[in-house]
Amino acid sequence: MRKVLTILSVLALVSLAGFAQMKYVTVMHGWPGEQAPAFQKIVAAFEEENPDITIIVEVVGRDRPALLATRLAQGNPPDLTPHPWIGTMKQWADAGQIVDLTGLVDTSDINPALVPIGEYDGGLYGLFIFPNVKSLVWYNPKEFAANGYNVPTTWEGLQAVSEQIIAGGGVPWSIGLESGAASGWPGTDWIEDIILRTAGADFYDQWVAHEVPWTDPRVKDAFEVFGDLFANNYVLGGATGALTTNFGDAADPLFLDPPAAYMQKQATFINGFITDHFPNLVAGEDYAIFPLPGIEDDATPDGSIPLLVSGDVVTVFNNRPEVIKFAQFLTSEAAANIWSSELGELSAYVDADPAQFSNPITRQAQEMLLNATVSRFDGSDLMPGEVGAGSFWSGILDYVSGIDLDTVLENIEASAQDAY
Amino acid sequence: MAGKIPESYGENPQRRVRERWVRAFERSAPGRLTLGIGRAIARRFRSVHWNSWAFVAPALLLIGFFLVYPTVMTVIRSFFGRGTTLFGPNVEFVGLTNWKYVFTNEIMLTSLRNNALWAVLFTACTVGFGLTLAVMLDRVKYEKIAKSIIFIPAAISMVGASIIWKFIYAYKPAHLDQIGLLNGIVVALGGEPLGWLIERPWINNFCLIVVGVWIWTGFCMIIFSAAYKNIPRALLEAARIDGASEWRVFRNVILPLLGPTAGVVATTMVVQVLKVFDIVYVMTNGNYSTEVIANRMYKEMFNYNNYGRASAIAVVLLLLIVPFMIVNIRRFVSQEGAR
Repeated sequence: MRKVLTILSVLALVSLAGFAQMKYVTVMHGWPGEQAPAFQKIVAAFEEENPDITIIVEVVGRDRPALLATRLAQGNPPDLTPHPWIGTMKQWADAGQIVDLTGLVDTSDINPALVPIGEYDGGLYGLFIFPNVKSLVWYNPKEFAANGYNVPTTWEGLQAVSEQIIAGGGVPWSIGLESGAASGWPGTDWIEDIILRTAGADFYDQWVAHEVPWTDPRVKDAFEVFGDLFANNYVLGGATGALTTNFGDAADPLFLDPPAAYMQKQATFINGFITDHFPNLVAGEDYAIFPLPGIEDDATPDGSIPLLVSGDVVTVFNNRPEVIKFAQFLTSEAAANIWSSELGELSAYVDADPAQFSNPITRQAQEMLLNATVSRFDGSDLMPGEVGAGSFWSGILDYVSGIDLDTVLENIEASAQDAY
Repeated sequence: MAGKIPESYGENPQRRVRERWVRAFERSAPGRLTLGIGRAIARRFRSVHWNSWAFVAPALLLIGFFLVYPTVMTVIRSFFGRGTTLFGPNVEFVGLTNWKYVFTNEIMLTSLRNNALWAVLFTACTVGFGLTLAVMLDRVKYEKIAKSIIFIPAAISMVGASIIWKFIYAYKPAHLDQIGLLNGIVVALGGEPLGWLIERPWINNFCLIVVGVWIWTGFCMIIFSAAYKNIPRALLEAARIDGASEWRVFRNVILPLLGPTAGVVATTMVVQVLKVFDIVYVMTNGNYSTEVIANRMYKEMFNYNNYGRASAIAVVLLLLIVPFMIVNIRRFVSQEGAR
């Protein structure tokens, strides 16, 4: 009996010693779809370089904010998480729940225009990794060519193309606002793009920081520009169609035979959804992008088209050397290249060469990202959760389903006064 | 007593040593104090059923810790402000602000209205259909199969059922193929498809209530069926021989005898429906005027990080349910007493 016990305890000690050598980093991310395998490849690349560190990945869907809130309250959050919620990141920083990465992580690999987005109150709390350009209109070039539609470069041109499509018996826009518990967020992207193009980037910053109220006439105008799409019957299925179509399915009508719609405004990530639903389509030939045209000429100082971007920043909860190492790796060229080549997505790498992307759409979007003189981060992600992930979303849904615009804006304003 | 144990301690020296220690303690001052207190307590609780309390104590402690203590803390927290911790440097006392919000905010009033709608319609339908099905299926040849089919939805999770019905209510523009069953039928009959979950304020609420009724009717039917089968056949035969029509038999014989069961089932269903969350969260997330209290509490707590308001809403939910719990328990106690 004693001998057995001795052997068992020696084995236990040896395995414990081996255990102690292995370091663990827990990551929680919210990419349940096509992006998860790409992230796994990044994890595998890191583990190959660092055999003594094991990454444990947790994939969570749209309820990640709730899960993170409970884990933080318990005191065992994941070591790091990539996320787009800058507003919530600021709340975490205020509560002292995340690590200030100044001096711990070298940000020289990140595109300098993108680094400030993760900074707050003098500290660096988020490392910008996977950017998305949002001001893109996706269209079917073959259909455009077949019907003689020109790719518009001005807002009047866009309206003209829409009228042409209507005259030809089609419907110009496909809009998908449904997204489960997050329904309404694609509409917020529309409003943000329109505000950048009508009221300018400075007003945009004031609006996001709630220095101007939601009832400001310029905000109301932006909503009305969006509402005009529905009023003119430019949207597939009208309000009901937009409200019941999931954002991931909204690009599908463009590729039916005959197409049910011709244009969709969405970010770069929709590329993965299109290839998933229609594996035989070729980027650039069967589907392509053009930037959403400007509306007012004086919205930007140099007359260029403003760019709405979003992306994920990496926030670290627990300060341990292996966690910092993995965070650093995520900003590196290797990780950015894996992400870009797997998904056709953009790279935040400072020296990213657009020519390296095989996907022409990614090339075009990357060039837009590098050349844009006026770019702003997604507003609803910058606002506090009660507005940016609450009343703004439901405000869009209410407005599209026919509620009076003034009432909608007053409701959002009331919740914003509570939240800020 | 250090040192060697004397030989005179005999067979079991350890036991003898222990006994001497105990006697010495009993004679000392702290020992006499302890024993005195112990005897006083024993006298006071002489008539207590120690066995019964010993059996119940673990469960009581668990409930006390996991239920009573959080409830008290929630009530206290509802008087404090936003924040994600129970108490702390960022959390300030706000008095009745959260309570004022709960009873005056437009969205909260919509939620209360919706919960009332659910309570009335859902309970009426589940109890009504359950009773009708129990009585009618009793006379049918394939009773067991029919009852199983009706009971199957009760075995599906609420979330699973919500996803199924989300597909049934799905909408596609008129000129495209409908993937939703309901719109498919409507279009096949020559109508225009409708966004069932978008039409506010009554159609989408009814559609959600239908899902709840679909899940829970089987449960009510089973309980009514058991109670119905307990009615002596002789009573029904006697009524029929006396010339009563089937409807009279149902109304005057069966219903009164099933009254107590109906009461229990109804109160159980009301308690269930007041906390409805999964169906609303999955299908519309409370948008389009379908908001309910439980969903509001979830949003305030996890999405908006406002524990104060979430606590106030939770207490409101508790207060709504308590009367029905009291009715249920009173009936249970009187039934037990009558045995």
